[in-house]
Amino acid sequence: MLERTGLPSIIRPSFTLGGTGGGVAYNKAEFEHIVRTGLDASPTTEVLIEESLLGWKEYEMEVVRDRNDNCIIICSIENVDPMGVHTGDSITVAPALTLTDKEYQIMRNASLAVLREIGVETGGSNVQFAVNPKDGRLIVIEMNPRVSRSSALASKATGFPIARVAAKLAVGYTLDELTNEITGATPASFEPSIDYVVTKIPRFAFEKFKGAEPLLSTAMKSVGEVMAIGRNFKESMQKALRGLETGLDGFNRIMSLEGAGRDAIVAALSRQTPDRLLIVGQAFREGFTVEEVQAITHYDPWFLRHIHEIIAEETAIMENGLPNDAAGLRRLKAMGFSDKRLAVLAVRGIHVAGGIGETSARRSGLLHDALRAMAGATSEEEVRELRQRLGVHPVFKRIDSCAAEFEAVTPYMYSTYEGPSFGAPECESAPSNAKKVVILGGGPNRIGQGIEFDYCCVHACFALEEAGYETIMVNCNPETVSTDYDTSDRLYFEPLTGEDVLEILRVEMSKGQLLGVIVQYGGQTPLKLAQTLEDNGVPILGTSPDAIDLAEDRERFAALVNKLGLKQPLNGIARSRDEAVAVANRIGYPVLMRPSYVLGGRAMEIVDSEAQLDDYIATAVQVSGDSPVLIDQYLRDAIECDVDALCDGDQVVVAGVMQHIEEAGIHSGDSACTLPPYSLPAEIVAEMERQADALAMALGVRGLMNVQFAVKDGTVYLIEVNPRASRTVPFVAKAIGQPVAKIAARVMAGEKLKDFPPFKRELPYMAVKEAVFPFARFPGVDPVLSPEMKSTGEVMGIDTNFATAFAKAQLGAGMVLPQGGVVFVSVKDTDKPVILPAIKQLIDLGFSIIATGGTQRYLAAAGLPVEAVNKVAEGRPHIVDRIIDGDVALIFNTTEGWQSLKDSQSIRASALTGKVPYFTTAAASVAAAEAIAAMRGAKLEVRSLQDYYA
Amino acid sequence: MLADGAVLWGHGFGASGAAVGEVCFNTAMTGYQEVMTDPSYAGQVVTFTFPHIGNVGVNEEDLESHVDGAVGCVVREDVTAPSNFRSEGTFGDWLAAKGKIGLSGIDTRALTRRIRLSGAPNAVIAHAPDGKFDIPALIKRAQDWPGLEGMDLARAVSRDEIENWEGSVWRLGHGYGRSPHDKRPHVVAIDYGAKDNIFRNLVKAGAKVTVVPAQTPLSGVLALEPDGVFLSNGPGDPAATGAYAVPVIQGLLERDIPTFGICLGHQMLGLAAGARTTKMHQGHRGANHPVKRLEDGVVEITSMNHGFAVDNTALPDNVEETHVSLFDGSNCGIAVKGKKAFGVQYHPEASPGPMDSFYLFERFVGMLG
Repeated sequence: MLERTGLPSIIRPSFTLGGTGGGVAYNKAEFEHIVRTGLDASPTTEVLIEESLLGWKEYEMEVVRDRNDNCIIICSIENVDPMGVHTGDSITVAPALTLTDKEYQIMRNASLAVLREIGVETGGSNVQFAVNPKDGRLIVIEMNPRVSRSSALASKATGFPIARVAAKLAVGYTLDELTNEITGATPASFEPSIDYVVTKIPRFAFEKFKGAEPLLSTAMKSVGEVMAIGRNFKESMQKALRGLETGLDGFNRIMSLEGAGRDAIVAALSRQTPDRLLIVGQAFREGFTVEEVQAITHYDPWFLRHIHEIIAEETAIMENGLPNDAAGLRRLKAMGFSDKRLAVLAVRGIHVAGGIGETSARRSGLLHDALRAMAGATSEEEVRELRQRLGVHPVFKRIDSCAAEFEAVTPYMYSTYEGPSFGAPECESAPSNAKKVVILGGGPNRIGQGIEFDYCCVHACFALEEAGYETIMVNCNPETVSTDYDTSDRLYFEPLTGEDVLEILRVEMSKGQLLGVIVQYGGQTPLKLAQTLEDNGVPILGTSPDAIDLAEDRERFAALVNKLGLKQPLNGIARSRDEAVAVANRIGYPVLMRPSYVLGGRAMEIVDSEAQLDDYIATAVQVSGDSPVLIDQYLRDAIECDVDALCDGDQVVVAGVMQHIEEAGIHSGDSACTLPPYSLPAEIVAEMERQADALAMALGVRGLMNVQFAVKDGTVYLIEVNPRASRTVPFVAKAIGQPVAKIAARVMAGEKLKDFPPFKRELPYMAVKEAVFPFARFPGVDPVLSPEMKSTGEVMGIDTNFATAFAKAQLGAGMVLPQGGVVFVSVKDTDKPVILPAIKQLIDLGFSIIATGGTQRYLAAAGLPVEAVNKVAEGRPHIVDRIIDGDVALIFNTTEGWQSLKDSQSIRASALTGKVPYFTTAAASVAAAEAIAAMRGAKLEVRSLQDYYA
Repeated sequence: MLADGAVLWGHGFGASGAAVGEVCFNTAMTGYQEVMTDPSYAGQVVTFTFPHIGNVGVNEEDLESHVDGAVGCVVREDVTAPSNFRSEGTFGDWLAAKGKIGLSGIDTRALTRRIRLSGAPNAVIAHAPDGKFDIPALIKRAQDWPGLEGMDLARAVSRDEIENWEGSVWRLGHGYGRSPHDKRPHVVAIDYGAKDNIFRNLVKAGAKVTVVPAQTPLSGVLALEPDGVFLSNGPGDPAATGAYAVPVIQGLLERDIPTFGICLGHQMLGLAAGARTTKMHQGHRGANHPVKRLEDGVVEITSMNHGFAVDNTALPDNVEETHVSLFDGSNCGIAVKGKKAFGVQYHPEASPGPMDSFYLFERFVGMLG
């Protein structure tokens, strides 16, 4: 095979999603390795080995076909990243920008031919192409006879709802029988024409996966994406960059390459890293030409030239300051520069020109005024003022699927800057006279802030629409329901930055009555905007930003906890290494350390010693910038709980109390949990409810609140309070069968809880949430749970008892619990007594047990038949050999301390590749044993959710 | 300068000078070079709704004629350096060489909405590198222009001489093919401002093609001993061009000569058979227009460029409607009952646009016994 395709070659496992297990092989050793992992990953043990088309251009066509053989192209998509990077990980634009009509039509015909040949009778599909940029030679590389990630993107990019239309086609409609809902007057049997440029940029989470190299290949690794719309490529691209929320305001500089030598820049450009686009910008700053960058990256020169023009414009701003006339400023805004980026450039310009520190530019007084005069503006706020003074504002255009040929009845909009080429720039927003609520969404999916928050935003829309308000959604995530044009009354597809949101509010507040903006439903993204909105006189609905700040601010919060007489784990705050050591010594090790103000427990770690603390400080400061480090007493083996509650100012209603299965210390987003609690005494649950009630009233919560507790030795400790919608809201709503997010949204708008039917508190069933992890995508990463969140999704299992509900949750998460075979056990000392009954149970069920060292001796001493197996360090054959050979059906492996963690990493890694179910906490291991026993005893029940509620 | 006095300021590119025409819009996202060489756009200024135009440059292949089509174009974005392996030059230089005026930096969406709301305006497009314009004079010129209604533009863009057409369709890596010169049915194509891709498709479908000027009399057509006659697309008002073309077409129908018309040719076939034509409010111009084929209900996605249409509310008994626009229900195809004569309002030759309707050329050539 290798002789036919040559190297490099591309290996694609059959029937895996997102290219799992595949890759590009550059040498024979890599070839063998990737083919092997590919065969393992494929459920049919089959891989496709292809000629490498590295450096070719990549395109995608979204096609829909009906039963009358009517075929239409919804959207063409061009990848900015050339072949070699998975489409899901590529920066893409729509429509295709570098094809003549003749080439486009070849691709269109080929797409239709592929659908007909494959036999897609009805529905959506995508067809992917590689095109040789030298001669236009075109190769079909893949087709998916189903709706896909890119059909969601194409739907949002064009306003043509592919999945909805495909569903109707599946039940027998034809395209000409369906209406294009955007125009309300034309049929769905047409090809959308767009008059703007759409850019998608994926968002990655490599920082969450220590040991994973941030390199892109044919296996998808991104966790979310942002989409942006502009009237030209530059505007679209720069809006996408700031919409990503990774700290970018545009083409930010790459500091590590500032003034770097050519070799370093060439090396950086040649690696397919997530930030390669920014490296391209930096290379231009360092004097590289378009041709040089193109030769290394194979990006199309059309895209490169536009990026080059952006960088050249940045240099001009640094040299000349900001323009002081409307036309000049409008020209920059039309290129997509954010106010913040313009401020940075203007200030840098002073720095370059006068050698004056950037900090002095930010100070007030005479010096500041002088600098401001030189640069035009020195901060985002000043650029905004300058813009307002000159009357430079964006206008809103509609996404209408037809390039204005027909009137759009659907207010689906994006912003752009138009000049007064004839009269005032035309704005199509047409705000209404209604009583309105603006809901800010969550932006791109990321670990810790995923679709759970979108669920909340969507429910807020539904609830407030039912209550008679006009709902206005702002979001930039094409994967969500919130960005469907029919979820809200009006949709702005815009980045969630202060600048973009304020401009929307300026227009929406010009007519009708804005009741307020909901910032508590979209996670951290809209919360961060609360202060800016308040400063600009925008009413915030629900819990006040000050109350949210109080809950986030350690010192203010500690004062409140004391006032209420509640108990927190000992804690402290440190701004330097020495302070941290002092705090840790006062509390006593182990301690839990984390930076403040972060969702998803990023950079959170359990620290056992001063040496480890030093290690942590180095990385944490790097992650969190100038914010301080928080240090908590770590309650080892405590049971963690989540409480979700609603409050209207007069009354608090607890929606659900969840008991985590994994012990405290595992991030709550990564922990399985049950509702109702499966093993907590009623008085403990009642105590947590009492504390939640007191906190909600004291904080003045209007809407949702989430409280985390830890229970140790019968004492309830308060871990944290979030007076906003939390990740657990959808799970709670589905577990108790109540529209929790909807009710809370109406409470935020002023209704009272007493006017809603009360929640049923005694549930005759058990709901289990389990997290889903992307470890298989990140070879080399230790798949162990920690305080740092790593899961990218979750599932729910529901049944009449804990064991079967847990078994269903495991099945749902893709973990098939074995019904027999060999169980490997290796647990830390404190877990040994915990796990003993579970091992006994498994032996009774007919499993045989193998164990290493201390665990084997402990279990044998307890009278159990346990075979000893070598640790990896004890010589071969050892446990990893047994796992690779497929001898092991189930693994219980818990560790303490970094040495033991390191020693056992190869066990978890081989379990992951061998798809052997493994549990890394004692509690989950015990639950798994119970689930296996339950599955043995009875068949898993199949009932509808509505049946459980009844 | 619009006839109503509105002035749109942008950046001039391409040729300098001033030209008068009707401002229309085209929603195709590819194929600007084909559009600008389509003779049907004679007397028109094309507003491209897609913001990036000129992105793939220009080449010698993507031409649809060598006569003057659109007098100019209006675009949103300044034309930047092109990127495409077939590109031989920039759109701006090419426009200049063709004597066409470009205007960039215009909110083309706002202009399109204006056309949608109040119809296609008459206007003057002007480009002066020194930035000096006599605005009142230019507005007056736009106001004095009589407009497309009643205008016979076909005469101006048609060939002067008879031409034996040799070319066939384009293929990637091969360019345009050649007619194989074997024994084939003979199609005489009357050029009212034809797009070359029509002739290429007739050749591909198996015909020998002879192209004749618009004003060729019936005797001249018959002298070429056609097995079938093709009536091309073209600019202007079908009623005006029909003054000399309709009697020719009626003569063909009387002699039962198979006849196929596209766009203007289709409209005049309708006139010859007793139908009426009307000027449309904003016209149809783009590459995404759905048309329903009434014989089997299949939808064709088509390329369109017309501002007039056959009035399907008043078709005579001998004319059958065969295709209809799914956008607005306007007529998109007719057949003359009892004759081998049919026409379509849209452009089955595509270029630019989808190729869903190539079958029509095969159907026509297949009729020629």
